Amino acid sequence: MKFLLLIAVLLTAPAAQAVQPDEILQDPALETRARAISKELRCLVCQNQSIDDSDATLARDLRIVVRERLTAGDTDSEAVAFIVERYGDFVLLRPPFKASTLVLWIGPALILVAGIIGVFVWHRRRRGAVAAPVAPLTADEQARIDALLSGNPER
Amino acid sequence: MRPMTAIPIALFAVIAAVFGVYLWQVGPGGKDISQLPSAMIDKPAPQFDLPAIAGSPDGPDTLRTPGLKTADLKGRVSLVNVWASWCPPCRIEHPILMTLAKEGVTIYGINYKDRPEDARRFLRDLGNPFTRIGVDQKGRAAIDWGVYGYPETFVVDASGRIRYRHVGPINPGQVDSIIRPLLKQAAGAKTASGKDGGK
Repeated sequence: MKFLLLIAVLLTAPAAQAVQPDEILQDPALETRARAISKELRCLVCQNQSIDDSDATLARDLRIVVRERLTAGDTDSEAVAFIVERYGDFVLLRPPFKASTLVLWIGPALILVAGIIGVFVWHRRRRGAVAAPVAPLTADEQARIDALLSGNPER
Repeated sequence: MRPMTAIPIALFAVIAAVFGVYLWQVGPGGKDISQLPSAMIDKPAPQFDLPAIAGSPDGPDTLRTPGLKTADLKGRVSLVNVWASWCPPCRIEHPILMTLAKEGVTIYGINYKDRPEDARRFLRDLGNPFTRIGVDQKGRAAIDWGVYGYPETFVVDASGRIRYRHVGPINPGQVDSIIRPLLKQAAGAKTASGKDGGK
């Protein structure tokens, strides 16, 4: 029972966030959009956290910039574009799908397919070799085998 | 050699070659792979107008260095160095900036989130290589430049375009292998009007 209670508490605990009270916008709709955008932007200091999660001062500055852009009337994609213009595609946690990232996106799938085909082809070849018919034994060879198997060494 | 044996070996050789070239580029005085490529390369420097560092009321270390704005970047090749007195790598890099300034390189500074008295003391103690310094109290100008690590140094050509961004302190090896060649290259570049860049 205590265990279940612990699990329940852990699962419903609010996620840790780095957003400070003084950053939160008055307009809840704008604030929700800002949080959603922040979760998609990489903190370049830590590089593996979003700016929503990171405590770095640069992350805080970028969170504030995003909120300023939204308050100024930018759409979500305009606000994101503002940041990408200055920091490049790497600031997006999800790499954009364009010509230069095509290899990144479909590379793994291609290699997997190539690997599966490779295994299939190899297996087919191997089975072919094993299933090749063996020439039947001549009478002489049969006699030698019988002799060996019955324990009499020949000559 | 049967194709089934040759193909994995060839694949390995290709991947090893790619990694080998990459490793060879990264070495002392070579590329720093933790540096992100700047999104602003070959774009005009952002619009900004930053005031000078506030002078001290008493006078002895009042800086006479003027502030920095976008228009100041036109007309000559320059280095723009983003620094702060609280940033230890900036301190370590500073003598290199002094050396470059003595050789005649134009160096502008952006003082990031610093207190004026600390900035003045830093320059008084370590020397002032900057012909202009803009104070970026909130860090907003730095964001417009795409700055994420301190110090950062930008090579800006005579038409005010960003040619290169160096993240972290410039170490002595990189002055000769990266900075000087880039300054030469930027000096040789044509401005937008087709005339030779200023020397």
